[in-house]
Amino acid sequence: MAITDELKALIGTTTEPVIMEVERGAIRRYADAIDDPNPLFRDVEHAQSSRYGEMICPPGFFGWPVKRGGVMEVLASLTPALARAGCPRILDGGVDFEFYLPIRAGDILTSSGKVADIRAREGKTGTMIFTTLETTFINQNGDLVAKSRATIISL
Amino acid sequence: MKKQLYYEDVEVGSEVIPLAKIATTEMLVKWAGATGDFNPLHYEDAFAASQGVGSPIVHGALKRAWLGHLMTDWTGEQGILKRLSCQYRGMDYPRKMKDMVTPEEGETWWCKGTVTKKYVEDGQHIVECDIWVENGKGEKTTPGTATVILPSREAKS
Repeated sequence: MAITDELKALIGTTTEPVIMEVERGAIRRYADAIDDPNPLFRDVEHAQSSRYGEMICPPGFFGWPVKRGGVMEVLASLTPALARAGCPRILDGGVDFEFYLPIRAGDILTSSGKVADIRAREGKTGTMIFTTLETTFINQNGDLVAKSRATIISL
Repeated sequence: MKKQLYYEDVEVGSEVIPLAKIATTEMLVKWAGATGDFNPLHYEDAFAASQGVGSPIVHGALKRAWLGHLMTDWTGEQGILKRLSCQYRGMDYPRKMKDMVTPEEGETWWCKGTVTKKYVEDGQHIVECDIWVENGKGEKTTPGTATVILPSREAKS
């Protein structure tokens, strides 16, 4: 089924790159929040003697705040358009991460987001709109460290 | 130190070592602070009700982070997580806190997985898994998949 022209025009929207500093304390607080005792995410000495040479990020953490600038800006422009298309409620549908290189404390990442796709589907409770947001993370050496594809469900 | 898992240790159908988690209102507060996700859906009763979920729900991304923990624990320090994907299908509701440290009686969630595929590609020993978070009723509220690279005993010798 078709999406509104207003939503169609938002496909391909890109965000201004956002700089994210990966701090040890932020990594520790994240590991602590999910009750993950892994010393690679908490113990500098252990991590430095590991093959990583430094504390690393648990999968899915890219520095604080995680959903920064880019994604929030895209959402801010999407939300009213989704509401006008009859789907004002927004839920996180899921995510697909690909990890290419470890992310270490001290890294400075540049994240860039893009509205990769918007499509509508007829569900049990009416129309649902699925928006795919693609984000890439590049480190200070210019290497691609991770990619995420997040699905936002509106209904 | 945890025991290292090797490629030779797993077969299709092998179980990922399950991991128990208890979502509490305290954990949701800590998660909000640690990630900067301050969506009131996860702490404001009236707002959660207006969004059709009844009361504040567990962040999908928190359950995804549990699945990350499941995989990094299982694969050990020499394992590499290449891909982690999941869908937030079912709502989960946190246990409330009775006092500073004690959650109310209630649900325990289990993160689980099984190996679906293993193969060698470009010299890398790759294992694919189905993974999920299961609620207290045994429902898979957060199904997903993961791909890891494991060290090999044979490649080592």
